[in-house]
Amino acid sequence: MDNKLRPTKKLSHEESWGYDRSIIDYIQRAAAHGLYEIRGLGAKRRLPHFDDLVFLGASMSRYPLEGYREKCTTKTMLGTRFAKKPIALEIPITIAGMSFGALSAHVKDALGRAATEMGTSTTTGDGGMTLEERASSKILVYQCLPSRYGFNPDDLRKANAIEVVIGQGAKPGGGGMLLGQKVNPRVAKMRTLPEGVDQRSACRHPDWTGPDDLAIKIRELREITDWEKPIYVKVGATRTFNDVKLAIHSGADVVVVDGMQGGTAATQTCFIEHVGIPTLAALRQAVDALEDMNMKGTVQLIVSGGIRTGADVAKALAMGADAVSIGQGVLVALGCNSESWIHDGEHISAVEGYETIGAAPGFCHHCHTGQCPVGITTQDAVLEQRLQPEVGARRVKNYLKTLNMELTTIARACGKQNVHHLEREDLVALTIEAAAMAHIPLAGTNWIPGAMNAL
Amino acid sequence: MECLNFDLATTSLTEVNTFLHQKSASKGVRKVTISNPNGAHNIAVGLNLPVEVEIAGHAGYYAAGMNQLASVTIMGSVGTGVAENMMSGRVHVQGFASNGAGASAHGGLLVIDGDAGLRCGISLKGGDIVVGGSVGSFSAFMAQAGRMVICGDAGDALGDSLYEAVIYVKGRIKSLGADAREEAMTDTDLAAIGELLVQGGPTFSIHKPEEFKRIASARALYHWNVDADQEY
Repeated sequence: MDNKLRPTKKLSHEESWGYDRSIIDYIQRAAAHGLYEIRGLGAKRRLPHFDDLVFLGASMSRYPLEGYREKCTTKTMLGTRFAKKPIALEIPITIAGMSFGALSAHVKDALGRAATEMGTSTTTGDGGMTLEERASSKILVYQCLPSRYGFNPDDLRKANAIEVVIGQGAKPGGGGMLLGQKVNPRVAKMRTLPEGVDQRSACRHPDWTGPDDLAIKIRELREITDWEKPIYVKVGATRTFNDVKLAIHSGADVVVVDGMQGGTAATQTCFIEHVGIPTLAALRQAVDALEDMNMKGTVQLIVSGGIRTGADVAKALAMGADAVSIGQGVLVALGCNSESWIHDGEHISAVEGYETIGAAPGFCHHCHTGQCPVGITTQDAVLEQRLQPEVGARRVKNYLKTLNMELTTIARACGKQNVHHLEREDLVALTIEAAAMAHIPLAGTNWIPGAMNAL
Repeated sequence: MECLNFDLATTSLTEVNTFLHQKSASKGVRKVTISNPNGAHNIAVGLNLPVEVEIAGHAGYYAAGMNQLASVTIMGSVGTGVAENMMSGRVHVQGFASNGAGASAHGGLLVIDGDAGLRCGISLKGGDIVVGGSVGSFSAFMAQAGRMVICGDAGDALGDSLYEAVIYVKGRIKSLGADAREEAMTDTDLAAIGELLVQGGPTFSIHKPEEFKRIASARALYHWNVDADQEY
């Protein structure tokens, strides 16, 4: 038959749902390297989130406040249950625990300066407290982690609050990880590790095993610090209702709940994407636990994991959080995933730097490599110069200021003089999933899927 | 006021600890005895001065936790986490110790005359531990630096995921943990054991350094996969 007469075959471009390009890439990478992927930041998949809620602004039945003129307070007290010296914050937005080691010393310094200017707190991380962050942070929360790297009673006494870390939203049930390229001489010395070792932190505390032990451990920390400092307990979001109750039982002043969107400096991708529950669901369970034990207002709740905007903060507060904690958002404010870094007021392209680590601005999650092209998640002497503390502090301060302005804008629109007066009743959900997880009615209905007394 | 006694039957624990933190130095107290401890938790925690403390009985969890400079003697047994995260000084348990003895200690010396429970010296970061009796399973788990002298036996998984800490065992080792191995003794090891036995006190003089085995890290877990980036 003449070739010209044969009908041309159409190429099929039907992508499989189960074996889409990212799954094919995943399997082929696994086959080539025999190794799971490790990366930074948090869950990337679409999850029910604060975006799926909206506020019911004031109208006929509620009375709004003047957006620009009337007072709307954001002051926040943490640690009022047992501590002699509770923490008084100007804004309900704090900076989450991130280690020196994961971040450069410049970044820790910048976060401290920005937080201090905004009247809020910063938090240490695995590996201990640096002189820079203690000097620049007016209010510094000192983490007591399973690894106890760099943990010592002198720093404990220097802290303003203590956070016992049980887990992290990105990897509940897992310990920290810091690959060898970030374990430079200073990091190694602080953590008592050989230089360049691939550090995998313990996932369990060495000196206690359950909530009854934790109660004694918390009392030890109180005794050592003469009952001055608030003690936080941080959990990764999984069985949050029970975990929060146990944290309260153990004597926590403040419970920190970190949802699965929370970030990490380095963790297996399978862990980040497949272990833990979304922040939205965890927050509601945590509030249920506080209410169930009649502890709302006595024990404060901080929620973290994917808080990015002032609207997110407002929704978290309305659902019952006392404050939020932000990690990835402040890194992005510093320039994470930006196309450029700043030197003497000039923007200098970082695109080539992203290419060398196989990433691109907007998509990068290569914190684990230590080769951060914008100088944030690095211990490299050259790269870390790309983020100067003064510039970083200004950017983070601007970001926090913006969030706080957005928060008060929403609170005023809902008729609140105090952001802590935002309430669940001010919210409705846009999706059935969010309505079910947050126990907030679907917009335009009074339907809360799964609620016992649903109409 | 060189020597002072607190009776825990009539004085609150917080009062005793606060005194030790805030007032004992200015009052020139050199020695403090604590009577009727009755297994109370958190006795003499967070000390930061060269004072001598004697606990006349059994103590609960975290006795002498995070000790700095002080010399604390417990004339009885202790619960979990004795001398946890000790930085310096000396803690002496004349009886038995429970789990996690000397956990994450950065410095100082912990002496236990009797046996220690599970996870003795877990996460050790530079402290020294001398145990007259045996230690339970998972002892020296992820120990990073420091030395342990065990005059009795060791349980399962001794030295699992060990870093640079070194363990000396006189008795039988039920099993070694991942990456822990027995290595040949050197003169430095013999001298270290001799020194630690002397520091342990006269009851340790019945042991001879050459009777011990050296357990250290094979360092095969230092890098999480040497085959990384292999393409077949």
